[in-house]
Amino acid sequence: MKRFLVFVKKEFLHIFRDVRTMIILFLIPGALILLFGFVVSNDLKNATVSFLDLSNDEMTQKLSDKICSSGFFQRGENLSSYQEIDPALRGNKIKAVIIFEKDFSRKLIGEGKATVNIITDGSEPNMATMATNYISAIIADFNSDLAGKGATATLLVQPEVRMFYNPSLKGQHMFVPGVITLIMILICALMTSITITREKEFGTMEALLVSPLKPVQIILGKIVPYFILSFVDVIIILLLSRYVFDLPVKGSIILLLAESMLYILMSLSLGILVSTVSKTMQQAIFISLVGMMLPTILLSGFIYPIENMPKIYGWISAILPPRYFIIIIKNVMIKGTGFLYVWKETLILLIFTIAAIGISMRKFNIRLQ
Amino acid sequence: MSDKVISVHNLVKKFGSFVANDHLSFEVYRGEIFGFLGANGAGKTTTIRILSGLSKPTSGEVMVAGYDAHKEPEMIKKNIGYMCQKFSLYEDLTVKENIMLYGGIYGMKKQLIRDRTHSLLERLQFEEYGDRLIAALPLGLKQKLAFSVAVLHEPKIVFLDEPTGGVDPVTRRQFWEMIYETAARGITVFVTTHYMDEAEYCDRVSIMNEGKIQALDTPAALKQQYNARSIEEVFIRIARPAKQ
Amino acid sequence: MTAKNIISVRDLNKSYGPVKALEAISFDVREGEIFGFIGPDGAGKTTLFRIITTLLLPDHGTVTALGLDCVKDFRELRNNIGYMPGRFSLYMDLTVEENLNFYATVFGTTVKENYDLIADIYSHIEPFKNRPAGKLSGGMKQKLALSCALIHKPALLVLDEPTTGVDAVSRAEFWEMLKKLKKYNITILVSTPYMDEAMQCDRVALIQGGRIMSVDQPERLSEGFTRKLFSVVASEKYKLITALREYPLTHSAYPFGESLHVTFRDDRYDDSLLDFLESKGVSGVTIEETLPGIEDRFLELMQKS
Repeated sequence: MKRFLVFVKKEFLHIFRDVRTMIILFLIPGALILLFGFVVSNDLKNATVSFLDLSNDEMTQKLSDKICSSGFFQRGENLSSYQEIDPALRGNKIKAVIIFEKDFSRKLIGEGKATVNIITDGSEPNMATMATNYISAIIADFNSDLAGKGATATLLVQPEVRMFYNPSLKGQHMFVPGVITLIMILICALMTSITITREKEFGTMEALLVSPLKPVQIILGKIVPYFILSFVDVIIILLLSRYVFDLPVKGSIILLLAESMLYILMSLSLGILVSTVSKTMQQAIFISLVGMMLPTILLSGFIYPIENMPKIYGWISAILPPRYFIIIIKNVMIKGTGFLYVWKETLILLIFTIAAIGISMRKFNIRLQ
Repeated sequence: MSDKVISVHNLVKKFGSFVANDHLSFEVYRGEIFGFLGANGAGKTTTIRILSGLSKPTSGEVMVAGYDAHKEPEMIKKNIGYMCQKFSLYEDLTVKENIMLYGGIYGMKKQLIRDRTHSLLERLQFEEYGDRLIAALPLGLKQKLAFSVAVLHEPKIVFLDEPTGGVDPVTRRQFWEMIYETAARGITVFVTTHYMDEAEYCDRVSIMNEGKIQALDTPAALKQQYNARSIEEVFIRIARPAKQ
Repeated sequence: MTAKNIISVRDLNKSYGPVKALEAISFDVREGEIFGFIGPDGAGKTTLFRIITTLLLPDHGTVTALGLDCVKDFRELRNNIGYMPGRFSLYMDLTVEENLNFYATVFGTTVKENYDLIADIYSHIEPFKNRPAGKLSGGMKQKLALSCALIHKPALLVLDEPTTGVDAVSRAEFWEMLKKLKKYNITILVSTPYMDEAMQCDRVALIQGGRIMSVDQPERLSEGFTRKLFSVVASEKYKLITALREYPLTHSAYPFGESLHVTFRDDRYDDSLLDFLESKGVSGVTIEETLPGIEDRFLELMQKS
């Protein structure tokens, strides 16, 4: 046990003495979260909206003025036909198009309700949601203004929202789960595979192998420090997302942390596995980056929804553990569902973990090649 | 024999307050095999960098191949060759490609490179290896080739860094014979090493310690002066008191 | 002479694919001796040491150390061997003291317990105990690596090229330290590419191309040289060597330090040699008989095989 502890202590010393490792461990996760968070959420100041005003009467004037004086939106060029909507949105300057139906005032007063169509750019899901939420809120306010004026109580402007390009809004609030998934793969798989191959490259592995240390002790000694530090990272990310971006964990925190531990363990075993097949640090970095980071970014559903991928990528993503973790963490964090809804994914992760640990223990060579 | 190709007078090189080279003065002649010895950190590397035009002296006169190290380091670079054991040839290029590349770097004409390549391969009995990758050659051949490439442009001086460390005694002798032959052609061979047995092969040897040249003479004279059986013993006598 | 064998190797073969790294290696190392393997890079020294230290498996043959089989009993053997690989196995980002403590604990001991064993070596670097190993000079790294390999008081110490890349002063100190270790009855197996270090060993094996060419005490090895050896000196070495090779009675001629080492067909030369050299433009020649060294013997053995 003493041997094991001195080994763990040595690993911690390696980590704390290496500036680059410290940066990867503690700066990058925070930076990524802040980066994603701000890019995604902080854009709604003077977002440009265009109006397609098919009735152009007093009411529509009032409402559009109210929207544009809210401080959140500014008036873009006015459109005159439906055909102009698509090019306007594709031009990327306009975040939303608001359409007032024909005979807006007449319908509102005559039938008691009128419809406003809000069309937003779904390829920026957070932006789109926020824009519709704000516009809806302004319309609601407008409704209560109308009601306050003592006009017909049933008078109602109905917002109808449509998203272009990504109608079901996949990717909404995805960045926290995505970043956790990515960071864990980065730290756990990349860093552990580097630390083991580093010992091979510097020749210290020879000395370790010739010592009474057992392979299990060496592997666990490598895993323990990174396990602890990765877990600290998860907590940092969750705190940041809670207090900087107001994205609380809706489900059970205990469940979320437990699932994270499982995923960390799996990533660490993958890292060990990578190190058993690579001779140099360069090789380990290459395998980790190309074999794990890229697929995680591209195929796990972090950025691109799996449903929208060509089938073949969908199949590939089925063998990527991050995909399942993203589902779990999204369910627990955002939808607030319990274990019953994620047990299948958890089981899959568990199987991956056991397999990876098993193979890497077996492959870890007690001799040199 | 008495043309000077390197002449150093009161060379001083400082890094901040650290004096790496402390008033060095020495001369090296045409066609001489000059051994430049010193422990790690004795200041050897600093001197070599100055002599090869990579670094400027803080003060003192340094003339290499007829050019001033203060003013014309680029001309110095053109007139010297350099070989270190590890880093001279590209492993993933063939023998001929390496020679072409090296000749090109030194601005030699294509035809000249071709002629020299031919005679070089012939002299080394290397003809069959011309299109092989360097990686596939045995260490001894690589070493000989690296040396031949370093003198391809007929420099006035060639610097060798630990040229024969680790090779078998037969290969090592073949290598020294090449060095003798090169020196006999009038090229000065400047050997830096901390393997003392390599020093025994040199015409003259200087031993550096703590930034100063402590001894400079032929190996035989040094051994006599220090009453030692080998240059290694001489070296230890010089370096040890300073170390403790 | 009747001391027991600490290492015993019989008919050992090892190949990497088509490359034969070791062929028909057999030798014994006796208790308490310093046994040296001398040969150039690629001769098979490292492969052999890795097999003895249980890091590699032999293709064929038996290898035992400390009475244990290097294949089957590798776990137990690993507790009792001190091994210093060619690249000093130090953690460059850990300090001198941390490195030593790490290896001590890994081998289930403490620095205090075996301090007397390393005191002599470690005292040289103790003033720098808080310095990262990466910032030590080559000689100091070597001493630290030796301290780390010794800290568990192994019965067998295996040192793979401990003096490569280390300056002459440190090399001399290193051999003195190894000799002092003899009083603890530690058997030392050491390899080196430097012929001149053979004299520091009790017995030496000359190894080349994966084969042992000869095993003996170093003095006896050079006595094995079969011819009379002459040292020839002239100022123009290249001319001299070319001329000597053309001389009909020359058997061999090769550079050796400042001089050339020459053997003649009938182990002698006459005045016609000087005349011959003169005719080739080589003057001021001195010739005297000299005693062959290990390197001369090594060359002779190489040429025979």
